[in-house]
Amino acid sequence: MLRFFFSKLFLIVPTFIGITVVAFGFVRVLPGDPILLLAGERGMDPDRYAALQQQFGYDQPMFIQYFNYVLGLLQGDFGTSISTKRDVLGEFLTLFPATLELAIFAIIFALVIGIPAGIFAALKRGSVFDQVTMGAALTGYSMPIFWWGLLLIILFSGVLGWTPVSGRISLLYFFPQVTGFMTIDSLLSGQKGAFQSAVSHLILPTIVLGTIPLAVIARQTRSAMLEVLGEDYVRTARAKGLAPRRVVGLHALRNAMIPVITTIGLQVGVLMAGAILTETIFSWPGIGKWMVDSISRRDYPVVQGGLVLIAGLVMLVNLTVDVLYGLINPRIRHR
Amino acid sequence: MLKYGKLLAATALFSVVATGAMAKTLVYCSEGSPEGFDPAPYTAGTTFDASSKPIYNRLVEFKRGTSETIPGLAESWDVSEDGLEYTFHLRPGVKFHSTDYFTPTRDFNADDVLFTFNRQLQDDHPWHEYAAGISWEYFNGMSMPSLIKDIVKVDDMTVKFVLNRPEAPMVANLAMDFASIMSAEYAAQLEEAGAMEQLNQQPIGTGPFKFVAYQQDAAIRYAAHADYWNGKQPIDDLVFAITIDPAVRAQKLQAGECHVMPYPAPADIEGLKSADGITVMEQQGLNVGYLAYNTQQEPFDNPKVRKALNMAINKQAILDAVFQGSGDAAKNPIPPTMWSYNDAIEDDPYDPEASKAMLDEAGVSDLSMKIWAMPVQRPYNPNARRMAELIQADFAEVGVDVEIVSMEWGEYLARSSAVDRDGAVLLGWTGDNGDPDNFLAVLLGCDGVGGSNRAQWCNEEFESLIQDAKVQSSQADRIPLYEEAQVVFKREAPWATIAHSVVFMPMVDSVSGYIMDPLGGHWFDGVDIAE
Repeated sequence: MLRFFFSKLFLIVPTFIGITVVAFGFVRVLPGDPILLLAGERGMDPDRYAALQQQFGYDQPMFIQYFNYVLGLLQGDFGTSISTKRDVLGEFLTLFPATLELAIFAIIFALVIGIPAGIFAALKRGSVFDQVTMGAALTGYSMPIFWWGLLLIILFSGVLGWTPVSGRISLLYFFPQVTGFMTIDSLLSGQKGAFQSAVSHLILPTIVLGTIPLAVIARQTRSAMLEVLGEDYVRTARAKGLAPRRVVGLHALRNAMIPVITTIGLQVGVLMAGAILTETIFSWPGIGKWMVDSISRRDYPVVQGGLVLIAGLVMLVNLTVDVLYGLINPRIRHR
Repeated sequence: MLKYGKLLAATALFSVVATGAMAKTLVYCSEGSPEGFDPAPYTAGTTFDASSKPIYNRLVEFKRGTSETIPGLAESWDVSEDGLEYTFHLRPGVKFHSTDYFTPTRDFNADDVLFTFNRQLQDDHPWHEYAAGISWEYFNGMSMPSLIKDIVKVDDMTVKFVLNRPEAPMVANLAMDFASIMSAEYAAQLEEAGAMEQLNQQPIGTGPFKFVAYQQDAAIRYAAHADYWNGKQPIDDLVFAITIDPAVRAQKLQAGECHVMPYPAPADIEGLKSADGITVMEQQGLNVGYLAYNTQQEPFDNPKVRKALNMAINKQAILDAVFQGSGDAAKNPIPPTMWSYNDAIEDDPYDPEASKAMLDEAGVSDLSMKIWAMPVQRPYNPNARRMAELIQADFAEVGVDVEIVSMEWGEYLARSSAVDRDGAVLLGWTGDNGDPDNFLAVLLGCDGVGGSNRAQWCNEEFESLIQDAKVQSSQADRIPLYEEAQVVFKREAPWATIAHSVVFMPMVDSVSGYIMDPLGGHWFDGVDIAE
């Protein structure tokens, strides 16, 4: 097991190097120049431009810039934002809990609905329930997030007035950030109604961000279940007279979950991508919006540092999933 | 449904206001996050709205709703005969904010003024680069380093600016955001504590509101400055709820989650106007959108050709399709709300036949040209691509073939400045200080060729008029010069002037005292909200 773990861990090194190259190259390949964008329509005279290039270190050869960047990363220095002049890691840590909280809620939402829906669809294969669920899943999967989010806001916040439009908590509540998770911080604050407000603000963004993973998980669960239900050991379990609930819950589900767990791991990347749009619609102060702003400002240090941090997290989750997978399915370890 | 919606809005609003029971809170759904709270290193309006406007004052202020200058932290000023010395007499008894991170021991004085400007002016000032990557873009952009020779503390309450050359817009420049007065005492405290970068994160000013907290990308909180020299504000708390998407801002306003919002999407304006309990204020923006020919290239070096092309453009169609009613046709390079606007000038008529005839006369046939369309939405041009397509169709009518080009914004700005640029460029400008010089000299002066003068136009007659106007210290003397300059501009036609946009501000009916700023800022001093 340990060997399996280390072999996985070892693979991370080249991946990480690849990410630094991509993160560094990506913003520089994009046309546009952070210094010119600082000046806008006003423009800047060439001397001033040269002076600023020197100040930011962009006059140096690419490989030296890259070397300095990687050297900084290794020392835990993710750079300083050109626009806010603040430390990239600090900004990331301030904003990341908001994204994480939303992502956790979204994945829970997707699991709690997606897995049972997939199981029932598989058990009632070909039924109306199956057709409707899978049709809905396909629709959910193809739904443009931006449009979906606005639609929900207009319906639930605008017309019905059931949920708040955007933000993480009502502006009436104001307390210091302790964990960065609004649901926890609101409880810690002891302010009456704060927790309810935080939860009500989570509803729509959770649904929007969770829709695609929900669709994927439901479909994956269904097909995995169908495959397993046809296996000999399920038939045997049935034949020996086990209750249908035990056959499905114990024998079939456990095996069907193996591919589903991989899918869940892969959805983390999808969640990060979806978070960018979801956060923009719901004015959710997370890293998605932060990255979008920084890319449009060509804020090199933030894009470089942010991408590495996000990619590192996704890798960490994937590693965890791989290890988990190995635990559930011993065959993988010995391959 | 409408009734129900109104009821809901009312309840939601009530819950916002009611829970605050004692304190009056105004919530503004702002459009983006500020980059920092020290305005001087930045150029973005979003940053100024959150920093210079609520937190700080300047020596000179713009009278709300105008671009006229009035005393701010300086009670009065004198200008020397030669226009080279500006002496400011400071307002006594002005208190800086007292917060949990700073308690002032003295009132505002000349040291604060010196600190504010010297940190931007002097390369060796300890605060010149107080955080990584700090640079003073506006100060530099307004040519302050070459203009200011020295800033002298005459006594505690008197400061003298010595200039290298006369500059009539100097007073208006000092009302701009980069000239917001900082506390030298607070800076000294931060320097001692080794936390200089805090100046940009925990600001101290003399303004109507003091900073309370910034929750990044979510909300900014301010409280009324109890000792404000101009009296405490009618509201107690001001909150900026950062909401990026305009459609979501409109929803929040209607749901009562905020009281005022900027920049509604054009498609939402009609709906907001007809919504119950919402008022939409509107004002002409201090901006101009234009098409700049390259006057140094054939055949555009011939004013007749430029004039002919201008007559081929159907401006009304552009206003309808691109601005959707939120723009007015432009005939001059400065907007009508600006002093010295020459209303006697007649715009070139839309007349494709005459245009064709003029092109023939000029010996131009089978002309093909490029039109540059900006890749971004700006206040003076909500959709440059669409505008370029309309002009393309108009020019086709008179036998001119147009190719539309576009590129990334930073690249666009840089490459459109080049003297040998190929084609006509769509661009625009939003005024900084309400001074005509800020349009005419920046955009059309000889110094701007190869830079902000996208027409690459250097006309002797025009140049001498604006240079002359720059050194006159009385506004009355400057007006006729600028009026004349606009006549020359129209005759020579380096641009097709297209439109001045209209700016909309939707707010709930209970908000009173809000005055729209022609310079595009958002101010909340003097604003009240009915409970």
